[in-house]
Amino acid sequence: MEQAQIPTGMLLQKAVKVRTDILEMVAEAKSGHPGGSLSAVEVLVSLFFYKMRHDPKRPDWPDRDRFVLSKGHAAPVLFATLAESGYFPVSELKTLRKLNSRLQGHPDLRVPGVDFPGGSLGIGLSAAIGMALAGKLDRKGYRVYALLGDGEMDEGETWEAAMAASKFKLDNLTAIVDRNGIQQDGLTEQIMPIEPLGYKWKAFNWHVLEVDGFDLRQVIEALEKAESMRNRPTVIIAHTVKGKGVSFMEWDPAYHGKAPDKDTVRKLVEHMRQE
Amino acid sequence: MLLQMSSMRDAYADALLELGSKDLRVVVLGADTSVSIKTSLFADRYPERFFNVGIAESNMIGIAAGLALAGKIPFVSTYSAFVPGKCLDQIRNAVAYPNLDVKIVSSHGGLTVGPDGASHQTVEDVAAIRAIPHMRVVVPADASATRALVGESWRTPGPFYIRLSRATVPEIYSSPADLEIGRAEILREGSDVAIIACGVMVNEAVEAAESLSKEGISAEVIDSHTLKPLDSDTILKTAKKTGGIITAEEQSIIGGLGSAVAETVSESYPVPVSRVGLHDTFGESGEYKELMIKYGLTPQEIIKASRKLVASR
Repeated sequence: MEQAQIPTGMLLQKAVKVRTDILEMVAEAKSGHPGGSLSAVEVLVSLFFYKMRHDPKRPDWPDRDRFVLSKGHAAPVLFATLAESGYFPVSELKTLRKLNSRLQGHPDLRVPGVDFPGGSLGIGLSAAIGMALAGKLDRKGYRVYALLGDGEMDEGETWEAAMAASKFKLDNLTAIVDRNGIQQDGLTEQIMPIEPLGYKWKAFNWHVLEVDGFDLRQVIEALEKAESMRNRPTVIIAHTVKGKGVSFMEWDPAYHGKAPDKDTVRKLVEHMRQE
Repeated sequence: MLLQMSSMRDAYADALLELGSKDLRVVVLGADTSVSIKTSLFADRYPERFFNVGIAESNMIGIAAGLALAGKIPFVSTYSAFVPGKCLDQIRNAVAYPNLDVKIVSSHGGLTVGPDGASHQTVEDVAAIRAIPHMRVVVPADASATRALVGESWRTPGPFYIRLSRATVPEIYSSPADLEIGRAEILREGSDVAIIACGVMVNEAVEAAESLSKEGISAEVIDSHTLKPLDSDTILKTAKKTGGIITAEEQSIIGGLGSAVAETVSESYPVPVSRVGLHDTFGESGEYKELMIKYGLTPQEIIKASRKLVASR
């Protein structure tokens, strides 16, 4: 089998850019959710700069692959990725959460490239199912990707959707769980244990893959495997670390929804760019 | 007078079959109540465009949002007790906020499920949806109105909540009815009092007006099938003409048609408004007709309120 070249060097550079964008925009906004944005950087970079068929010049292209950010509080990672992809100027990121900006606290359809207004948890997978059903009905080849939070597994609707996706045999749907282990009040396994998570999805008749969510090659290979699976949706459980890349944020639930100050971010960004 | 009785559910099913044949974008979603609501007729004719999600209303609304985002026009139906009740968040965030082309058509609204009791009756659905930006709210009076207004909702981009009754109801309109979203219908001209109603209470309003005319009270009857956007022009005109309004609705008077009418006249042309409907209470088990009498949803209540209003001048 021919092995496609994965341009890991380019993707690593994009990951640094997206990560530094997130820190700068959240510091500028003085609020937002850096922790769960930083944990999802490599997943979004793998999708938008490698796997997904999309065109920043035509955000409404009917045949494009769709991306649903169900954990909408990670809006900074989506906005940064879209800007770095060319959907809108990177300079606009500093308007995040400010009055009259289209970069709302949670994704809004006004932003080119945003396919679903995630925010209230639990709905995104259902919406992704709707898009996938429409794709099948129209015999379009597009794929639908939904990024879910692990805290979001607490929502009952997630499991209503999990049942429905396998009923409808949605092999054009891939869900990715950002398994960073932390929700707003603390560790997921203390607040509401969700393990054994892989077995749960298996029991709902999904094709289940587990990867290191920071290993671009592993993430991309799992996305490829998901695409070749027939008659079943795939879930990729991406094991990550909340606040990844910022030592004092990693594993600290306090940085679920708290912005670091600008001085700290300036030092962090310099350091990240040098590495 | 022999009244022609008809079923809103049958009319809804007919409307869906018609829309399904002329627009491939039309899809229908059900939550294990499709035989009862008769959307199963659409499923039989267009199986690939019907999705039964089981007893999972939140998921149903979320899926409908996704279908709409991919260019479909989903009609979503189950009992009024569960949509919006079990999925208000999904309606708010996934449908209304992004202003999607999702048509929510619920059946068995109000007290019509009678013996099933309060858990399955709805008093607050209309008020809850009315408060959500972008949502249009429609409560048709009969089968012809149902067919016409469902068709209008398909022609009008954006989210809708259309609430149907399970009861067979007397026909108010001839078929096809010429109705428009946001345009109230003056069914009877009058000068002493205006009775503004929606849904099954429109027929009760017509009956009340006939009785009142025998007492020398001239009542105008208006079918305000669209609660939002409310036809404030027609309502203000009738306020000026009659000087007093009775509203009649098969739901709580808090947040429904009575509230909408009172809000409109009190800001622009204050006249007395008296609201016939459920007074901040749940229903209970009983035959539908018995419940309508017990909770004051009758022509007699409208007549009493009208007499009182006219006498107070």
